[in-house]
Amino acid sequence: MAFETPAAVELRGLTKRFGSVIANDGVNLRIQPGTIHGVIGENGAGKSTAMKMLYGIFPPDAGEIIVNSKTCVWESPADAIAAGIGMVHQHFMLAGPYTALDNILLGAEPVRCGVIERKKARTRLEALARQYGLPVDWDSPIEELPVGVQQRVEILKLLYRDAKILILDEPTAVLTPQEANELFRNLKKLRDEGKTIILITHKLKEVMSFTDHVTVFRAGKVTGEMPTSQTNPQELANLMVGRKVVLNINVPPAHTRDELAMEVAALSLAGTVAGSRHKLSDVSFSVKRGEIVGVAGVEGNGQSELLQAILHPREPLCRTSGTVWFLGEDVTHWEARDIRDLGVAMIPEDRQREGLLLERPVSENFLLGLQRSSAFSQGGVLNSRNLLAAATQAEEEYDVRPRDLAIPAGKLSGGNQQKLIVAREFQRKPRLLIAAQPTRGVDVGAIEFIHNRIVRARDEGAGVLLVSFELEDILTLSDRILVMYEGRIAAEFARGQVSEGELGLKMAGS
Amino acid sequence: MRKLLQPVLAVAFGLALGLGVTRLAGENPWHVLQILWKSAFGSRYDFGMTLFYSTPLIFTGLAVAVPFQAGLFNIGAEGQLTLGALATAAVGAVWPGLPWPLAPALAILAAVTAGTVWGAIPGWLRAKRGSHEVINTIMLNFIAAGLASYVTLYLLKNPDTQNPETRPIGAGYLISQFGIFGGAPVSVALPLAILAAVLVWIFLWRTVIGFEMRAVGQNESAARAAGINTGRMTIIALAVGGGLAGLVGVGEVLGNAGKFRLGFSPEYGFIGIAVALLGRNQPAGVVAAALLFGALHKGTADLDFETEHVTRELSLVLQALIILSVSADGLWSWMKKRSAA
Ligand SMILES: Nc1ncnc2c1ncn2[C@@H]1O[C@H](COP(=O)(O)OP(=O)(O)OP(=O)(O)O)[C@@H](O)[C@H]1O
Ligand SMILES: [Mg+2]
Repeated sequence: MAFETPAAVELRGLTKRFGSVIANDGVNLRIQPGTIHGVIGENGAGKSTAMKMLYGIFPPDAGEIIVNSKTCVWESPADAIAAGIGMVHQHFMLAGPYTALDNILLGAEPVRCGVIERKKARTRLEALARQYGLPVDWDSPIEELPVGVQQRVEILKLLYRDAKILILDEPTAVLTPQEANELFRNLKKLRDEGKTIILITHKLKEVMSFTDHVTVFRAGKVTGEMPTSQTNPQELANLMVGRKVVLNINVPPAHTRDELAMEVAALSLAGTVAGSRHKLSDVSFSVKRGEIVGVAGVEGNGQSELLQAILHPREPLCRTSGTVWFLGEDVTHWEARDIRDLGVAMIPEDRQREGLLLERPVSENFLLGLQRSSAFSQGGVLNSRNLLAAATQAEEEYDVRPRDLAIPAGKLSGGNQQKLIVAREFQRKPRLLIAAQPTRGVDVGAIEFIHNRIVRARDEGAGVLLVSFELEDILTLSDRILVMYEGRIAAEFARGQVSEGELGLKMAGS
Repeated sequence: MRKLLQPVLAVAFGLALGLGVTRLAGENPWHVLQILWKSAFGSRYDFGMTLFYSTPLIFTGLAVAVPFQAGLFNIGAEGQLTLGALATAAVGAVWPGLPWPLAPALAILAAVTAGTVWGAIPGWLRAKRGSHEVINTIMLNFIAAGLASYVTLYLLKNPDTQNPETRPIGAGYLISQFGIFGGAPVSVALPLAILAAVLVWIFLWRTVIGFEMRAVGQNESAARAAGINTGRMTIIALAVGGGLAGLVGVGEVLGNAGKFRLGFSPEYGFIGIAVALLGRNQPAGVVAAALLFGALHKGTADLDFETEHVTRELSLVLQALIILSVSADGLWSWMKKRSAA
């Protein structure tokens, strides 16, 4: 092995505890300069924690960080940035109302005589954007840009600050396959220019296709490190989870009932929702009970708008013409609460914004939306005994780690936040499940689990509307597939009727 | 642990800074501290006065804390308490003959109702019109002040005095004062305030509506997606806050003055903001913070004549410094870093 060349980054015995949780337990890691290095592992294995220590967000309890053969002690990320390290976080850290340009300049304002030289900065950024093929609309507020573009902004921010070592924490969790491919093209280009890239991901395909080395984390420790060419997805999955994982579950055929779970007729959207490029025009479809209908499409072709229009028909921004029926009721003008009471569960697209109270304990997050059910409150008074019992059981069943109902949801790892939401929504025993990106950011073991749960809900008679950018979710689960393109339903397929390649073409509008 | 330590340190820090200021003014800080302590806790009467000032602060602190849990800033406690007190006195002045248990019960109801309405208005405006509650509560403070002057001077003026106050309430309305405080007007309003704090705690942490309200304060989008009616929670939160502020009228009118006096409140409503902040918007914290601010208020009252260079405005300076140090999160991290190093 090439241990003679000095490593770009070396972590020695890195250890970090949060209370009783050992997030990192003697992590050793060597990263060669000029390579793309994959980091994989289960949810909560400690990947983000290790990288946050490398980036100076918190200090290690023990162990050493060595960058370019120098032992480093960071006071704050500013020191790490000065040493040429940059990080794009799992949950982006962008300031919503500011423009893309301001977000990049924030914290690195080019000041001369106390005046910010925006012009010069902009010229340089535009050059960088051209060089790497990362077009950005500089003057739009960042919150109105699609996530794919927000990510470009994050990457340009690193390049602008001259980062030599780039850490990307699950960058493709929020991207469509097309956007992901584009990202990897750019990453390869950056690597060939000599930059070192650390890539955390749950997608084994990405690891196999784009990385040079891969490190596997499990329960705070490194359990494997190897050149990518000498391994395969099944071996990696088994190393991560510590047992044999079924990468492709077998879904039995649906026993569809004649009852409709939901129906949408001639839905059109007048205004636009933040980040959208297309409105909805004349969307009609239905989902029967006992059936999974998958909505595929490149991000920005109206899926978010569809979800908003279905779930918040009263919001002015989502005001629609058209009608929505859930479980036989015309819910077009209903309050969200009455809709939920019908037995509608929802896994939101953006878990932190629409699904969680980040500062509140796990138990309260589990309660959110269930607080009026007779199991958890009587006469307007909460029943905390039942809540704790049910939440404990759910943590066990859905493997939310750590098993601690008191820690704030924001301190769970990303994948565990997702599992918590899934657990809560299934607690409703839904008759209709609307699942948007249900496997976003969860590990292979959990994907297997969530897929199985969705199929079980279907078999128990729920109708499922699945919206996902993951072709794997769509192809594995859907009994019928709808393809959205530019705000319309462009094609429909039954299970097994379409190949991945064909589906990709339809999504691209051909 | 840290939750408790931080406000305590902040108070100590603020107090130390404040005494430093008296030093600059040419007083011996130790002497000032002694006067403060003696004046606030020196005798039964002094302690009684401290409790008397603390009581309304418990109510106004809660009146700020409850909406805060829903993510709303209630600057309107002053107006709400003014109208609460006015309504209490009006009931007592209009029907002076009512007998004992009925009379105070009715007056308390009036206090709560007036405050609730005055809180619900900005809540409604926020929920239905989207106009900001900070602006609206401030405006309603002015309207309440105007309304109070009008009613006091033109409708219910006490004919026996030149003072701007309403006719006295009937004897059946008076609530009992505790004898052990050497004549300080500590009335049943104090246990009522503590009871209110307990009820607020139960409301926030044990009821469905309390949970929904806090969820809205934490993350409005998630609350809405979960089926919570965020507009209704906004109205409830400010209405409950207003009702709590309105209860200030009970101690003042039924337990102390026996009438409504214009300008009776030394800005209890605004000090309530500081009380809630220092008490971290938790009922128990609010009670503790109210005691502290009540003691400061009483303690500084005697500074005027006991010292040469310090006036009771020191109370304001101290309050300001304590608030500043509570808010200074950076201060805390700085101290932690120091102790780690
Ligand atoms: N700030 C924090 N406070 C308390 N516990 C934390 C904190 N950050 C992380 N943890 C805990 O440390 C463990 C490792 O978390 P980490 O975020 O590193 O996982 P991860 O490998 O990135 O997982 P994922 O794939 O789900 O993002 C988890 O159990 C998590 O709950
Ligand atoms: Mg992570």
